[in-house]
Amino acid sequence: MTALTTETTSTETTQVSHTAGIPFILKKAFLGACVALVLFLLMIGIRTEAGPDGQLTWWTRFGDLASIVGLVFGGSIVIELLRQWIGPTGAEKLVPASVQRSMSLLGRFLGPALLVFTLLVPVIFYNQRYILDLAILVLTYVMLGWGLNVVVGLAGLLDLGYVAFYAVGAYAYALLATNFGWSFWVCLPLAGMLAALWGVMLGFPVLRLRGDYLAIVTLAFGEIIRLVILNWQDLTGGPNGVSGIPRPTLFGIPLDNSDDGLAAKLGIEYSPTHRIVFLFYLILALALLTNWVTIRLRRLPIGRAWEALREDEVACRALGINTTTTKLTAFATGAMFGGFAGAFFATRQGFISPESFTFQESALVLAIVVLGGMGSQLGVALAALTMIGGFELFRGLETYRMLVFGMAMVLIMIWRPRGIIGHRAPTVYLTKAQAISSDLVKEGHG
Amino acid sequence: MDYFAQQLINGLVLGSIYGLIAIGYTMVYGIVGMINFAHGDIFMIGGFIALISFLLLVSLGLTAIPLILLVVLLVAMAVTALYGWTVERIAYRPLRHSFRLAPMLSAIGMSFVLTNYSQVAQGARVKPVPPIITGGYTLHEGPEGFAVQLSNMQIMVVLVTIVLLAMFTWLVSRTRLGRDMRACEQDQTMAALLGVDVDRTISMTFVIGAALAAVAGMMYLLYYGQVDFFMGFVAGIKAFTAAVLGGIGSLPGAVLGGLAIGLIETFWSAYFSVEYKDVAAFSILIIVLIFMPTGLLGRPEVEKV
Repeated sequence: MTALTTETTSTETTQVSHTAGIPFILKKAFLGACVALVLFLLMIGIRTEAGPDGQLTWWTRFGDLASIVGLVFGGSIVIELLRQWIGPTGAEKLVPASVQRSMSLLGRFLGPALLVFTLLVPVIFYNQRYILDLAILVLTYVMLGWGLNVVVGLAGLLDLGYVAFYAVGAYAYALLATNFGWSFWVCLPLAGMLAALWGVMLGFPVLRLRGDYLAIVTLAFGEIIRLVILNWQDLTGGPNGVSGIPRPTLFGIPLDNSDDGLAAKLGIEYSPTHRIVFLFYLILALALLTNWVTIRLRRLPIGRAWEALREDEVACRALGINTTTTKLTAFATGAMFGGFAGAFFATRQGFISPESFTFQESALVLAIVVLGGMGSQLGVALAALTMIGGFELFRGLETYRMLVFGMAMVLIMIWRPRGIIGHRAPTVYLTKAQAISSDLVKEGHG
Repeated sequence: MDYFAQQLINGLVLGSIYGLIAIGYTMVYGIVGMINFAHGDIFMIGGFIALISFLLLVSLGLTAIPLILLVVLLVAMAVTALYGWTVERIAYRPLRHSFRLAPMLSAIGMSFVLTNYSQVAQGARVKPVPPIITGGYTLHEGPEGFAVQLSNMQIMVVLVTIVLLAMFTWLVSRTRLGRDMRACEQDQTMAALLGVDVDRTISMTFVIGAALAAVAGMMYLLYYGQVDFFMGFVAGIKAFTAAVLGGIGSLPGAVLGGLAIGLIETFWSAYFSVEYKDVAAFSILIIVLIFMPTGLLGRPEVEKV
């Protein structure tokens, strides 16, 4: 009861300050503009560049500075007005029951509809190579997102080094295929197994860590893997990467223009699009496998244990759940799917180098999972589509892309910390609320 | 032996820079309980501000080096502190009572924003500066002609670290602000009930951390003679490693951890391989967290249900 009262009071006070008049808004905007002026005066007002003889030169850009400060001034007025119009941001808004019902109906049909559409993509866009390539890229990230979702969304272990497993899978396939000539279908499970092994190896030391510490250690782990790949030149080729990675075959039948090729065997005219379509269905199958395994695992005791671990580790241990195996299986499962995706990436690109496995990649996959609502399979797929599609839209503005990405991450965390699309509640929970009489919680009778 | 002594000096200087950054991590973690992922980038911004203000002062015709350095130091500290304040205000304060991953993710986003903002604002190329503080002493001349050098620059870095550490230890242990900080560290709700302005104290923590990072950025600029937009990432992780190694939440621990990381990195590069020096630093982070999660001077963390 006490907590509730405080809540109401604080809401009222914020409301009072929000309905303050124009002088307040102008003052706030003016202060914001002053701060912006100091922040940007040196960084944007003055541009430095190394001259031809190593001497630094500089010139002023006061026009840009003025427009940015003006933008901050105008922006803070707009934000303040919006805030007054919408009301306090902290308050949960009640959605009418009818809207909620139609939303859930939409949610039930959106998944299958999306799946059918995805299956038909190569048919609809057969002649548009660009769209097919983009679709393959999106599906790769959907698969990575679903893989990481096991670790972050289900088990609640914040992993900032997921790209390490992606790299292990990619290099495992690339090296096995180029050195021993093994086929993709033999290497795929091996890549997954190797990645899972690395997942367990990462999992062991971090068993006792939680939260932020875990995040930093996984980040360090990801960087170690990248640095080792970069510097172990004899094995991995270092910064030059591995090239000439064999393309996948349809159970031994290559998809090329040769006499043994699939086109020749089927007696149809060869087209390079065949391989793209094959890759599309391959990654779709891998992604759906990830999804199916995750959904099945979630119904098994281990999946329930993951969710329990996410909600409360101490309670989990008190209930007799073995947190060691729970964490290790989560790491291993997530890493295995990352390894599969890595092997696919290697075979699709035909060339891999350490540049593809930087921390930015990890952060991108993590952002997909978080935006997707941490645990929601459909949400992750939609988030991957939005993010990778959005990245494509900004392709022309190469340098601004990551800037916008970072801003979006901050804003979404502030606006919808549980993800834009939705949040998956635990699969099972008590439906009956326990009512406690107010006599029992009266002040002083604790 | 001479080679060893030289590496020892180099390691201590590098460690001092890490220590200065690590103080920012350790103070923020102590009070808010989150890793300020953008702190490494604040350090990078500090380096840039120092560079630009230095260029401006030299262009204005100032020639007195000590005066220039003092002004540059003050400008860099002030502007970077404002960056620290803004980052906290925009990205962390609205999330203070959110679920525990939210501030971390927002911090990662902020780190991307700062990195790419400086790339957009100042270009991707490395910015060199000529050596500003020159001269030094030859401590010992070996028989094979290898001389142990101690440059004035190195002396300055170590001195500045010691002075700043003394100042901030005094600030935290003797002033009103320091008492508020320690109160917030123990129990924010209780501190608020007893009249401590929690928001303001947390803001001040970020401001102080950013100001120290700016000093580190300036030292880096003077010592290595260059800055670039990407230097914050690796330096940030290493400084965080230093903070963890020293025991997170402890100011002397942060400097001690910084020195340890600086020495390990320098000796690893000198005696093993330069390529794997970052691997060595990151492996130490993992090893420390496994065997000594509370660090050298830290207190054990008690988990409350």
